[in-house]
Amino acid sequence: MSKILKYRYGTALRLFFLYTALDSQAHAEMGKEYATPHEGWDLLWWTLMLDIVIIGVIFAAITLYLLVKYKRKGLNDVGTAKPLNALASFGWVFIPVFVFMADDVFLGLENMKHWLDFRRPPADALTVDMEAYMWGYEVKYPEGITLQNELRVPAGKPVRVNLTSRDVIHTLFIPDLRTKWDALPGTGLFLWFHPQKAGDHVMTCTEYCGMLHSSMYGKIIAMPEGEFTKWVEARKPRSQAPAEQTELKPGGES
Amino acid sequence: MRETGLTAGTEAGFRLKEWIFTTDHKRIAVLYMIGSFAAFLLAGLMAMLMRTELASVGPTLTDNPTNYNVWLYFHGAAMILGYQIPAVTGYFANYYVPLMIGAKDVAFPRLNAMSVWLFWMGIVVALLTFVIPDPPDIMWTGYPPYSIITEGNTAFYTFAVLLIGFSSIAGGVNFLTTIIRMRAPGVTWGKLNMFIWCLMAAFVIQLIFVPILGDAVIMLSMDKYLGTHFFDVAAGGSPLLYENLFWFYSHPAVYVILLPAMGVLFEIVATFSKNRIFNYKGAVYGGVWGTVGLSGVVWVHHLYVSGTAEWLVLIVVFTTLLISVPVGLLFISMVGTLYKGAIDYKTPMLYAAGFLFLFLIGGLTGIPNAMSAIYIHIHGTQWIVAHFHYVMAVSVTSAIIGGTYYLWPKLTGKMYSETLGKLGFSLFFLGVNLTFGPWLYLGYKGMPRRSYDYSQFPEFEPLQRFITYGSYLIFAAALVVLASWIHSLAKGERASANPWGSRSLEWTHTQSPPPPGNFEEPVNLPEDWDPYDYAGNR
Ligand code: HEM
Ligand SMILES: [Cu+2]
Ligand SMILES: [Cu+2]
Repeated sequence: MSKILKYRYGTALRLFFLYTALDSQAHAEMGKEYATPHEGWDLLWWTLMLDIVIIGVIFAAITLYLLVKYKRKGLNDVGTAKPLNALASFGWVFIPVFVFMADDVFLGLENMKHWLDFRRPPADALTVDMEAYMWGYEVKYPEGITLQNELRVPAGKPVRVNLTSRDVIHTLFIPDLRTKWDALPGTGLFLWFHPQKAGDHVMTCTEYCGMLHSSMYGKIIAMPEGEFTKWVEARKPRSQAPAEQTELKPGGES
Repeated sequence: MRETGLTAGTEAGFRLKEWIFTTDHKRIAVLYMIGSFAAFLLAGLMAMLMRTELASVGPTLTDNPTNYNVWLYFHGAAMILGYQIPAVTGYFANYYVPLMIGAKDVAFPRLNAMSVWLFWMGIVVALLTFVIPDPPDIMWTGYPPYSIITEGNTAFYTFAVLLIGFSSIAGGVNFLTTIIRMRAPGVTWGKLNMFIWCLMAAFVIQLIFVPILGDAVIMLSMDKYLGTHFFDVAAGGSPLLYENLFWFYSHPAVYVILLPAMGVLFEIVATFSKNRIFNYKGAVYGGVWGTVGLSGVVWVHHLYVSGTAEWLVLIVVFTTLLISVPVGLLFISMVGTLYKGAIDYKTPMLYAAGFLFLFLIGGLTGIPNAMSAIYIHIHGTQWIVAHFHYVMAVSVTSAIIGGTYYLWPKLTGKMYSETLGKLGFSLFFLGVNLTFGPWLYLGYKGMPRRSYDYSQFPEFEPLQRFITYGSYLIFAAALVVLASWIHSLAKGERASANPWGSRSLEWTHTQSPPPPGNFEEPVNLPEDWDPYDYAGNR
């Protein structure tokens, strides 16, 4: 909670310098309270939840109060509100508009910062190609390895996935890493993510793509970096390599 | 007073022909009401099938995912195109407009009859889903390339959309003309009922945007059946073009539904609080027309992760967030109308009070969707589904059901049972929150939408099952509501002209139900008349 508040305070200050949010250089220098886009997402999410819960509680409390307080007492009671004069009428538009817009601008600028995090992959990211199809994902590594419904990556390194589709629109969604992007036929799009620890993550399709859409999922396996390198070495197709060597299974998993 | 069932007709007794060929706006309203409630019930049954399927991992009701996909297609399309749009722009519009402005009927009664016929034809075409081989399995959004390469007969989707779209265009022309030209002397712009303003706004949106949807689905069918390549990348087309055209209409469409629904609720809140609308001018010019102004510049928020240019994304984040401003003004006006009121908690008012909380949840859970960075995670998940169910399925349905209870005495000439009415409301309120509350959480955790199964997430099973039970409660509520109406038709007491003590024309100036021609003598209102003036302190 205090992290969120501190973070909000910092952003409020930055609000006075609108241009900084638009300038990606300044964006890089602003200093971050988080290491990866998905951590940033969580922070933004909980900031936003705080924001909407506060608004919601205020409105709900006022509504509830009015609903109880002005319950009819006698059968022939009528409401006694007077028409607003011009000034009050204007004020009741101007003030809410101002408050809502201030919050909207705050959220919009915050959003922009995180959006840039998600859309500016580091230059040193490991890059793989992924082709979505009805119904699965085919992953191709620069070394020539091909995987189905499985994406192995080194933990602690940024990974960029170039996305296309063989047929209809699909999506690559990785809930744990808070990221997704559409895969369109004939169009190159991408996403990137940064798994920090070794572990498995679900990847799944979220764009309806026909009968087996709900079976279109796979696994992202973040391996310790050394293991990953070994795995790549072992699986890498080598023209002169003896046949049995390409069949070596990586240690530890099947 | 004649005893003639639903609306007072020309002759006693029920004659089918009189109903089919009617040009009376009150009967046309009833035809719309029956059609849209039938769509609601059927699409609701589909929802129950889907929820049952999702109650456990793996096959539950069916082992063929296509069945689920067709249920979902029908549910989505029928709920939007068959239930909500016709309920607010057909049923309520027809019933209220002439009565609220003191007119005998709409400007073009025969065009009006054509609208309702087209609507019914659309419903019939949609119903064919259940009898044709290879029914459409394309979801109500119908994105290509899938909708083009599927075996499903998507022409049935196209034709249902076109029929209902034409119906709506004819309705728009008719009602805008009626409101502009046929107000009784004394019904000035500054005294129009909120519902009338909201409806005008809705029809302005329809007239601008429906043709775009029409184009999109015609192009889709041409690609599929005639070999054109509008959306075919290989031939230089673009599926993104369809997505843009579709949402260019379908985002504004949510205001086509929401605004008149709020209009209905404004009437209820004013009548049962016996109070004037709080900041009427702010609500009309800021809220209603502000929404119309923004409605056309936000659709891209559906396409944040679909390959849209980044500069456009970053602009649309702001335009979309700004929607909170006019909608907030409407909300403040509605809540403000309670202030110094004398609230009488009859069933319609309970739905309106419930709406204030449900819509708060629906509106606030929409803010994350506006933010492109947040949206990266929640796009295509059940978060989105739960959010728009809070807005559409829950809030708008509160308006439609509550509005029907409100109108009931006028429409049928009978009173309904408050006990049944309140029981139905309680089940509804409980059920929707038990269902759609956890549903939001499920989406936040990453459950994809439009999924027949979720074996990649077996940990979701208990929550999914809980949600399914919640949805059964909603269905039970719907049955209680239906029972209360049938009970009223069979046993209800005779309703007086103005059982709610409203100040609005449809209650003060005519009987329940109104005679053909609506008013015994032409309406002519004094200078100091105002539909919301209860305290006489105008
Ligand atoms: C009140 C009880 C309702 C329940 C239990 C319910 C349930 C569902 C379910 C299970 C889905 C499928 C989610 C998925 O797999 O992606 C769905 C989708 C949908 N529902 Fe409902 N629904 C209800 C009412 C409504 C109403 C009143 C509307 C009116 C607007 C509505 C509109 C939609 C739409 C537009 C979709 C999306 C269809 C699509 O993804 O193509 N629902 N609903
Ligand atoms: Cu899919
Ligand atoms: Cu939208």
